[in-house]
Amino acid sequence: MEFFERFAIPHPSPLIYASMVAIGLVSIAIIVGITYFKKWGYLWNEWLTTVDHKKIGIMYIISALLMLFRGGADAIMMRLQTAVPENSFLDAQHYNEVFTTHGVVMIMFMAMPFIIGLMNFIVPLQIGARDVAFPRLNAISFWLFFFGAMLFNLSFVVGGSPDAGWTNYYPLASNEFSPSVGVNYYNWALQISGIGTLMTGINFIATILKMRAPGMKLMKMPMFTWASLLTNVIIVFAFPVLTIALVMGTFDRQFGTHFFTSMNGGMDMMWANLFWVWGHPEVYILILPAFGIYSEIISTFSQRNLYGYKSMVWSMVLISLFSFTVWLHHFFTMGQNAFTNSIFSITTIAIAIPTGIKIFNWLLTMRKGKIRFTVPMLYSIAFIPLFTIGGATGVMLGMASADYQYHNTMFLVAHFHNVIIPGVVFAVLAGFTYWWPKMFGFMLNEKIGKWAFWFLSIGFCLAFFPMYITGLNGQARRMYTYSEATGFGPLNLLSFFGAGLMAIAFVLIVYNVYYSFRHSPRNVGDDPWNARSLEWATHNPVPEYNFAVAPEVKSSEALWDQKKHGHKLFNKEYEEIHMPNKSGVPFIMGVLFFIFGFSFIFAIWLGVILSAIGIFACMIYRTFEQDHGFHISVKEIKETEEKFGGADK
Amino acid sequence: MKLKWALLSLVFTMALVLTGCEPLLVLNPQGPQAETQANVIWISIATMAIILIIVLAILITVLVKYRASKQSDDYEPPHIKGNPIVEGIIVGFPILIIIFLGIVSVNSVYKVEATPEGYEDQEPLVIYASSSNWKWHFSYPEEDIETVNAVFIPEDRPIEFKLYSYGPITSFWIPQLAGQKYAMADMVTTLHLAADQPGDYMGRNANFSGEGFAENIFDVTVLTQKDFDKWVDDIHNTAEPITEKEFNKLLEPGHLGKLFYTGTHLDFSPAPEGEHAGHNHGDASEHEDHLEHSHH
Amino acid sequence: MKLDHSQPLEYSTDQNRLNILGFWIFLGAEIMLFATLFTSYFVYEDRIGSGPSGADIFEITPVLIETIILLTSSFTIGLAIHAMRINRTKAMTVFLGITLLLGAAFLATEIYEFNHYYHIGATLQTSGFTGILLTTLGTHGAHVTLGLFWGAMILIQIMKRGLTPQIANKSFIFSLYWHFLDVVWIFIFSFIYLKGMM
Repeated sequence: MEFFERFAIPHPSPLIYASMVAIGLVSIAIIVGITYFKKWGYLWNEWLTTVDHKKIGIMYIISALLMLFRGGADAIMMRLQTAVPENSFLDAQHYNEVFTTHGVVMIMFMAMPFIIGLMNFIVPLQIGARDVAFPRLNAISFWLFFFGAMLFNLSFVVGGSPDAGWTNYYPLASNEFSPSVGVNYYNWALQISGIGTLMTGINFIATILKMRAPGMKLMKMPMFTWASLLTNVIIVFAFPVLTIALVMGTFDRQFGTHFFTSMNGGMDMMWANLFWVWGHPEVYILILPAFGIYSEIISTFSQRNLYGYKSMVWSMVLISLFSFTVWLHHFFTMGQNAFTNSIFSITTIAIAIPTGIKIFNWLLTMRKGKIRFTVPMLYSIAFIPLFTIGGATGVMLGMASADYQYHNTMFLVAHFHNVIIPGVVFAVLAGFTYWWPKMFGFMLNEKIGKWAFWFLSIGFCLAFFPMYITGLNGQARRMYTYSEATGFGPLNLLSFFGAGLMAIAFVLIVYNVYYSFRHSPRNVGDDPWNARSLEWATHNPVPEYNFAVAPEVKSSEALWDQKKHGHKLFNKEYEEIHMPNKSGVPFIMGVLFFIFGFSFIFAIWLGVILSAIGIFACMIYRTFEQDHGFHISVKEIKETEEKFGGADK
Repeated sequence: MKLKWALLSLVFTMALVLTGCEPLLVLNPQGPQAETQANVIWISIATMAIILIIVLAILITVLVKYRASKQSDDYEPPHIKGNPIVEGIIVGFPILIIIFLGIVSVNSVYKVEATPEGYEDQEPLVIYASSSNWKWHFSYPEEDIETVNAVFIPEDRPIEFKLYSYGPITSFWIPQLAGQKYAMADMVTTLHLAADQPGDYMGRNANFSGEGFAENIFDVTVLTQKDFDKWVDDIHNTAEPITEKEFNKLLEPGHLGKLFYTGTHLDFSPAPEGEHAGHNHGDASEHEDHLEHSHH
Repeated sequence: MKLDHSQPLEYSTDQNRLNILGFWIFLGAEIMLFATLFTSYFVYEDRIGSGPSGADIFEITPVLIETIILLTSSFTIGLAIHAMRINRTKAMTVFLGITLLLGAAFLATEIYEFNHYYHIGATLQTSGFTGILLTTLGTHGAHVTLGLFWGAMILIQIMKRGLTPQIANKSFIFSLYWHFLDVVWIFIFSFIYLKGMM
């Protein structure tokens, strides 16, 4: 019995039991449904074994949306609990678990995969490539992320969720103060998906550096590609730090080492340092691609070229460099001397310079334009003032002496939601809407999209602006309750109301997908937005081989050149196209990593050994495999192209 | 569209009304350190407001002037790469603002990390404040008393809180007197403050430390020097001495009310400084050196 | 598969060139990984708690043996790649084989060294210092172990299939990896052992 007891939830509640039942029923329903409609073969052949960057991108986005609802449910529970003083909807332990999983899920399993999903789909198209540099590795990246995310979510029903905050500071996260397996889940879920992300980073740097269409010099890349390149450079440099930090944490919790303990030479602040050396660049990993998306959208819907292309690129390069020099601002209050705090204060607020340049460039791009208020553009327009507020409060937080007052308060919570929601979430939703026809060949309904936009932006303002005020009034973050005398009540109620509006917005977005799938016209053509960059020069939805012949470009706005300046993108005859074979190995490796992580979390060493052997077996299989891919014949290409009615391309 | 704007303006009025009732704790400082911080906050809000207004003004102008519905169908937006003067302005303007705020920031950091201004010639009162799950223990070595979850300080005198923790990292915070500072298990950090006038203030741990975190608060009472001396005498007359056994009982996880003792726990459970620091391989002088450096 | 004969075999196809670039980027990530370990090592170097310090436990003999073995193996892998470039498959397999044997000898010495630490009471759990020491050395050792298996697989493939562009590519990348481990070892030797013993 003892063996099974550790899988039990340490702090059960009716809510968790209900979720267990719900998860069980949904899983059964999915399995029955797939079997009934005989879709197992389709699922395996078309999706689980695919190495196509477009399908992998779509799978990333679907997973991200699922995780958005998981993290969103957490958010609603938190705001509901704190909506009124002395509420008893959640107890302290559950509240702690909920805000921990909310943070981890939203950053690691929602924002990251959403960004990486868009990157997967769009970057190869924007540079005129057939696929990424290492398609098989790309599939492994996805499945490691996916099973990492699944592992993390499993903690909810098996063994208990992590409860030490997404920052997971030691010694709070040590066995002494967090005895359940929750933090083990944190370590392994992040480790596994982190390895996947690192490989994505390598893959995309190689892709962007080596696989660009003829004529596309570095300074002629579309802005989203530039942003992706820099993001992936940050990934490659930042994620190994997380890897080591997580290994040290795992050793402390599972092998009794003294890295972050308070005895025998351990140092609890070391975790905070390593975590933020990764964690701060992580924020820029999210925001740079978002900047890229906004650049594409603002330029398209202003019908103008991007103002100050060069300064846009250089400001992103600067932001990437700065991202590694500011981590200490996450703990100005740790007792360093005034000199150290001054240095990090200056580097922190200095980031406002390149960011400010970008804001002005976007404004100047719209100037003299012909602005169309489509859904992607609405998100981009709302982004500018909202992100300016978020950035401004960021500068305020960067003032070290004042940070002593903002630190750990709702002011901080308001700030980082103020940059992440209008910055990243608005961007991925804008990108999602903008590139949707690229993925599926029809448009999302504009009317429903606009309703969702208004609900989301107004909900956002209502949910988070009050937090600036309660923070300055002394409300610390992560408090599961507060007394009536504090006076935090009314503003927290307002926040809850705002969170509700945001929830409605997300439901509307999903409804929009359903509605448009049923009702949108299918003949949108190849260029429904009157766009400018190369990804719109192929068909909607994109054929398997992306471009029938390799395009030749001469500026960052390849399609615009073709439309307005008579530039010919496609000059060659059709040739056979070489494509990579699909493979089940990445999926199997994902499953094995899942078993490995799960066994390690519960110290089931046999499972660890067997799954490790399995993982090595997959690698050995791979090295002996002689896989030369397959070819798409000229005849097939012609047929596909004629089907799209664009035989001239 | 009108409805949306109406809703938005309603929200902002509501927010203003709600906050207008009473001053926010952080912006209602009662001591020189908190006042420095409140001033920095106001300066940065004002500076940032200027930027926000500029951005909003440009955005609204551009949206009104260049919307597609206002332009003729054959209007073809020009291709503009950039302009050195304009780009110089959009680079130079943020740089100037950051230089200004940088100077403010550095000055104020040195200010709050030192004895409060105007109190330099006074001998500071040293109070050791240590956290345990989920309480605060205050030891007055000079007065030889110890309290739990309540701290009494005299007005117009510089106070040095020496902070450390018996457990997770906590953050010592009295919003109206000074900003936060971490309390950690293997080193002692120092928080300087002074209080301008007698009164009761809220203090708490601001750094998440587990299940009892929300209630991890303490009361701060500022007394005149005379009342403070009387309070110390009262404790000596009425309270029991603190023993190691009693103290270990206090350390057990949970919540306690306010407690008062004579003596301090520093005698049998010294703070992690000097030879007792977590970094226990060398002598005290080396430890000083260690504290001077930031921890990374 | 288009072969470009103006390039060495390992660079002769597009995919080969991509693989080599990709591996260089991977090595960038590895540099960050070891940089993090070294930084942590410097932080914990003096945090020995009640355990021994570096000067107490380091022994010069096994460390010198490890260093000489690994440096030699870096030389032999270089010879192997040279043999590959001049198309001498037989010589290449011999040198690759010697490299792997040297790698195994290195590992054996390292296991002896770890065993020694264990017996004098310097284990992973002893202190912050011993923990980071064994983690850093162990990470390098795990890389060498992985390299041994990888190299062995490549050796088998050369013997079975001869020198194809793919196998030449794998061998070349493996040599990059092996040189990298050597460089890391030089840092370990200088900044952990020599610094600790002085």
